[in-house]
Amino acid sequence: MHPAYSVILFTTASGAGYGLLALLSLVGISHGEASSLAFGLTAMVVALGLITIGLLSSTFHLGHPERAWRAFSQWRSSWLSREGVAAVITYLPAVVFGAVWSGLIAAPALIAPLAVVTAVMAMITVLCTAKIYSTLKTIRSWHNPWTVWVYISFALATGAVILAAITAVFGNFPAFLVYFSSVLMALAGIIVLLYWRSIDAAPRDLTMGDATGLGRLGTVSQWEQPHSAPNYIQKEMGYVVARKHAAQLRRLVIVALVLAILLMLSALAVPVAALLAMALALFAAVVQRWLFFAEAQHVSSLFYGAQAA
Amino acid sequence: MTSLPPPSAKKLGLVIDLDTCVGCQACTTSCKEWNTQGYSGPLTDTNPYGSDPSGVWLNRVHGYEVMEEGQAQSRIVNFPRSCLHCEEPACVTVCPTGASYKRAEDGIVLVNPETCIGCKLCSWACPYGAREYDQSQGVMKKCTLCVDRIYNENFEPEDRQPACVKACPTGARHFGDLGDETSKVSQLVAERGGYDLLPEMGYKPVNKYLPPRARRDATNTRAEALPRPDGSAFDRLFQWADKVLSPRKASARANEPDHSGKLEG
Amino acid sequence: MTEPVVNTSPKNWDEVKTTTCYMCACRCGIRVQMKDGRVTYIDGNPDHPVNKGVICGKGAAGIMQHYSPGRLSKPLLRVGERGSGEFKEIEWDEALGLAAGWLSEVRAKDPKKLAFFTGRDQSQGLTGWWATQFGTPNYAAHGGFCSVNMAAAGLYTFGGSFWEFGEPDWKHTKYFMLFGVAEDHGSNPIKKALGQLKARGAKIVSINPIRTGYSAIADEWIGIRPGTDGLFVGALIHELLTAQKIDGEYLLRYTNSPWLIIENEGGADDGLFVRNAQNSALVWDSHSNSPMPALSPDAAPKLMGRFKMPDGRRVVTAFTLIAERFIDAEWSAENVSERCGVPVETIRRIAAELARTAFEEEIALDVPWTDHLGRYHEKMVGRPVSMHAMRGISAHANGFQTCRTIHLLQILLGTIDVPGGFRYKPPFPKPPPPGVKPAGKPGQVKPNTPLPGPPLGFVTSPEDLLVDAEGTPQRLDKAYSWDAPLAAHGMMHMVITNAAKKDPYGIDVLFMYMANMSWNSAMNVPDTIKYLTQKEPDGSYTIPKIIYSDAYASEMVHYADLILPDTTYLERWDCISLLDRPISEADGPADSIRQPVVEPERDVRPFQTVLLDLGTRIGLPGMTRTDGSARYPGGYPDYIVNHERAPGIGPLAGFRGPNGRAQGRGTPNPEQLQRYIDNGCHWFYELPDHMKYYRHVNWAYLDWATFFGFIGKPEPVIHQLYCEPLQKFRLSARGHGKVVAPEQHRKRIADYFDPIPFWYPPFEGEMVSETEFPMHAVTQRPMAMYHSWGSQNAWLRQIMSRNWLYMAREMAVKLKVADGDWVTVTSHHGKIKAQARLMDGVNPETVWTWNAIGKRSGAWGLKPGSDESKQGFLLNHLISELLPEREGGYRYSNSDPVTGQAAWYDLRVRVEKASDQSDVSAPQFATLKPLERVE
Repeated sequence: MHPAYSVILFTTASGAGYGLLALLSLVGISHGEASSLAFGLTAMVVALGLITIGLLSSTFHLGHPERAWRAFSQWRSSWLSREGVAAVITYLPAVVFGAVWSGLIAAPALIAPLAVVTAVMAMITVLCTAKIYSTLKTIRSWHNPWTVWVYISFALATGAVILAAITAVFGNFPAFLVYFSSVLMALAGIIVLLYWRSIDAAPRDLTMGDATGLGRLGTVSQWEQPHSAPNYIQKEMGYVVARKHAAQLRRLVIVALVLAILLMLSALAVPVAALLAMALALFAAVVQRWLFFAEAQHVSSLFYGAQAA
Repeated sequence: MTSLPPPSAKKLGLVIDLDTCVGCQACTTSCKEWNTQGYSGPLTDTNPYGSDPSGVWLNRVHGYEVMEEGQAQSRIVNFPRSCLHCEEPACVTVCPTGASYKRAEDGIVLVNPETCIGCKLCSWACPYGAREYDQSQGVMKKCTLCVDRIYNENFEPEDRQPACVKACPTGARHFGDLGDETSKVSQLVAERGGYDLLPEMGYKPVNKYLPPRARRDATNTRAEALPRPDGSAFDRLFQWADKVLSPRKASARANEPDHSGKLEG
Repeated sequence: MTEPVVNTSPKNWDEVKTTTCYMCACRCGIRVQMKDGRVTYIDGNPDHPVNKGVICGKGAAGIMQHYSPGRLSKPLLRVGERGSGEFKEIEWDEALGLAAGWLSEVRAKDPKKLAFFTGRDQSQGLTGWWATQFGTPNYAAHGGFCSVNMAAAGLYTFGGSFWEFGEPDWKHTKYFMLFGVAEDHGSNPIKKALGQLKARGAKIVSINPIRTGYSAIADEWIGIRPGTDGLFVGALIHELLTAQKIDGEYLLRYTNSPWLIIENEGGADDGLFVRNAQNSALVWDSHSNSPMPALSPDAAPKLMGRFKMPDGRRVVTAFTLIAERFIDAEWSAENVSERCGVPVETIRRIAAELARTAFEEEIALDVPWTDHLGRYHEKMVGRPVSMHAMRGISAHANGFQTCRTIHLLQILLGTIDVPGGFRYKPPFPKPPPPGVKPAGKPGQVKPNTPLPGPPLGFVTSPEDLLVDAEGTPQRLDKAYSWDAPLAAHGMMHMVITNAAKKDPYGIDVLFMYMANMSWNSAMNVPDTIKYLTQKEPDGSYTIPKIIYSDAYASEMVHYADLILPDTTYLERWDCISLLDRPISEADGPADSIRQPVVEPERDVRPFQTVLLDLGTRIGLPGMTRTDGSARYPGGYPDYIVNHERAPGIGPLAGFRGPNGRAQGRGTPNPEQLQRYIDNGCHWFYELPDHMKYYRHVNWAYLDWATFFGFIGKPEPVIHQLYCEPLQKFRLSARGHGKVVAPEQHRKRIADYFDPIPFWYPPFEGEMVSETEFPMHAVTQRPMAMYHSWGSQNAWLRQIMSRNWLYMAREMAVKLKVADGDWVTVTSHHGKIKAQARLMDGVNPETVWTWNAIGKRSGAWGLKPGSDESKQGFLLNHLISELLPEREGGYRYSNSDPVTGQAAWYDLRVRVEKASDQSDVSAPQFATLKPLERVE
């Protein structure tokens, strides 16, 4: 699949935003009101900002962004619609929670219930995003049980590392967060490794013969494409990164995550390292997301010469 | 809308005969010219007079080569591909806006160009590569089964068929109601073992493909050869020519023919 | 939410007009929808006899042809050097004045110094007549590099032909053999028919080195080695003769098989038919054991035997000679198999299948008829075996004889114009060959004087050749000379080379129409460009003036001096005439018209009207009244309606006479075009059932055809298995006859003018080293672009904006070429670089590509450097228009020695992986300066 930057930006930014939002909600539940108004507002602005940038970026690749509102209508069948609905709904508890938690509005009693709703909605939104991909039977590497966990784990890991970075900036940097975010990053790394193992192991058992039904006659090969220059389907679905290149990028994701963990741990001594850890973790998330698309082979590419999908 | 309507009794679709298609592209250009001014139009072209010209086509013809088990020769199969108007199309259910829908009346899958937001998700959901995004229009395009022809009251009845079917010179494309077991298309499918593309995907395509027939060549034809009698073939031909062809007068036969080129008369 | 409301009855048009397609040579009926004066949709006309409603990939893309940015928009006069693209726009009056001045000058001096060649012309009835009126013999269309081998072989054998003059009996045939056909003339009829055959379960056998297109759906594919079809067919004949599986009665009655041939080795009459005082050929009557006239109803002719005439001459039946040739072991399956690349068992099985279908699955229609000798037949009996052949046979130097071999096979099986066989399309059959002789002999070309006859015709003996006493060709292209005596379509491929070399003479004006002779229609493109720009010591061009008419900015435009911009096919009147290349069906004659469905918004004029205008300006008799005014002031439509070739016979056969009720023959009808339009722009006359078969010998048909003017006299068309005109040439090569072949040509004439079909290896393969050039290279036209100038068509070029060189996987392994590698292809003449693609369905000794996809950068209104020029390529650069030198240094054209058909499928090459793997083909030509278009 063509790795469109708008979609990569969207999924990583909004993922990190929702992860951060969920974690802030947990902070609200566990610690009550934010340690300072500035910290609370900054964290909330970063979370909602990432979410908003992500959502806006997702509209960049729309042919008709002005019609985006229509996407809220089909929540009964469409995960994309559900995601839109969930994303918009999440703003309500999130904004109120943010205002209460940061201390803008003094209503400490409401923090916990609002936090629960906000965290649940944030995770539902991430789940919806993941479901858009994982329900597509046409792309074997997405139609995989680990897809959802990859999205959730990266959302939480990147959210946690951002949270750690913000606290580091505000100087109220708890060691717990260092360990917590490191564990989440490690989890994300383990989950993505498991995901890769799973998609590598999944048999790409559909062939050109299956797609065309001509496999019943014998071995099928493509002798001439319908048109001599590539068309939309070939450009959109036909992009497949070379195996060797993909392996390098996978290593890069893991190395970046490991380095991010190490930097995060070193932030115990030098808090500013948390910022570097955040950058690396986000980088890892972006590369992982790029690979998520670039390694995905669409069934329709079988019609255009792919041997298996 | 993206929730599917209850299954319609009428299932309009195409039956494509892979044994007869010669790959002439009549269906593709006829489709393009009708539909660029039709429901899904315009079908935009990019770089039409420059390098890598490409555009939106709702129907494309592939060429495949098949090497059959145990055969010395391969065979080429021309393979037209367009929307299969699935009974349970994922391209419809994934659509966030309802622009992509399946008609309750006849099962035709359409995209409403007025409400499509151009998110492309439907094209990702379609295993057949049947949906093509029109960059300049910002909406998804697909085969409409010429919904603006097949019921068109401005047409004579014989023209009320999809442009591709009307055009096809070899008669490799058939249009009809595959929900009706007695229809011509259903019977063709039954007779010829028409098949679904990628049935394992579970979308239940309405369009069917008729498989190439077994060839009648050295691989499966009885080895047959004309007799080769002993002796001089020329002499035998000479005898045959004389006896078989001049039987009308016995007197003529009395003159025994000369086989060696000796002269008569 | 409810479903959106879809308007299922939109009316996207405000007008629908019928006309005739021109996207290829098929000439289907089309309906053109228009809205606000713009063409919006084109589909097939269901009432039209040719296509019956269907359309092809090209036809449906006609809109984009019509609105192409490559269209010319105004007359152009060259102001820079040829090829520079420096033109100035001029007004029509100036353009026509200039052209008329140049042409008048030539005509007053020496009319043959005008070479008028018309490419993809569909108005040869007019253009040929114009050339005749002008007085130049140097006229032809593109048949010399297309189909003349097929046309000539058929017309000299049975008075019809593959190509366009006949078709298989699609309704009844059970066994169909297709030789060397990819996409073709009769594009939609063949496709429709293949669909019918498939539905009926008839067997389709394709003999073709490449298994694409029609071959892809054939029941059996015979991936023959190029140029060896004649051997394969000869082996089938050998098998059938050996088993006596031939239709003796058909041979005796309807062919010259029993005709008696003089055997007088060394004599002037050797190999000629013995004739009586009335000039009738004779047969040996077995009743009387004596010779009798061939067409006497009482004769019981002997099919085989040698006899002695009362005057002592020794004679033999034609069939005896044919049998002697093909029963020889030389033609056995075992002997030809390896050379053809066809297994012995396959050859023998196909022969058996032919015999079984012909003789055990006979068809009899309950239609009584009477033959030429007055014999009444209860039924029309047929043998349901049919064949069609085209370019794969035609474009070889042995194509004429190979095509004759196929006709021999058809006739031995008794399958010409019988139910299930190969049927004539009226106005055919005609006498084999038709009686028209080419004009242009010395003394027939005179200043300001029309030729005494048409420039193209059919020679029957050396006396008919257009040569002088020394044997020098009189035509520029050397058609009808000793180089190519039966060149019935001329030799357009030689015009530019010969003009530049002044061999046999230089010319003053080259006038061409719709012929891309500086590119894909030329063999040897680089040298052709050189010839077009070649200068004399005084700085003038060797070809002094070039006038060119085309609707589009083809590569040729840049090499012309004066451009007369033509309209598109939707902007013009035309007639598809029975006097030219008819669109008839086997069931009856048909013709059609084009009407302008839209007005040109550019300053362009239809070429045919321009031609008539020029004719008037230079005072050509047929186009000028005695007072000097135009005979056809209304231009081409005026001519179509009012021109009469013979009394009552004009370009269109339908709706003639005062009330428009006359068909075939009748006075001009001023309402004729309107009547055609009212009838969907076509006319079709369905013959009654008793005239639908056996027309070569069908009394009723022959009478009717005489009335219609198709034939001069109601005489039978006896199939000429033994072709006496060829023997006359042979005799001249032996020094006999009034016109004797010059010494240098004798061996060639003696070798190839065999009156009985035979096979010889294509010349190029013989003349170059097989080890150096081991592969064959051929082209096919893609179905979506056959015969159309589709490269500037926005839709068609998306299907194919570049081409690849296809080769067999097994050969690629040997040559260490991988799919997608760039390779060099080298011939004895040139070298190109192309990108390879591998496939299995191709003869392993053969590489091939799609023809005419490669375009020169800057042409056709395409952006410079488009795929066509950058990755696309032509094989033309590898093909020499001349054969390598023979002893004595003479270079014959790379053509069939009998007909002059360009032998572009004889190409032999070597393929190697290119050292330069860059994504660009070679050679690359300088970008042509795009023409400024006035919008």
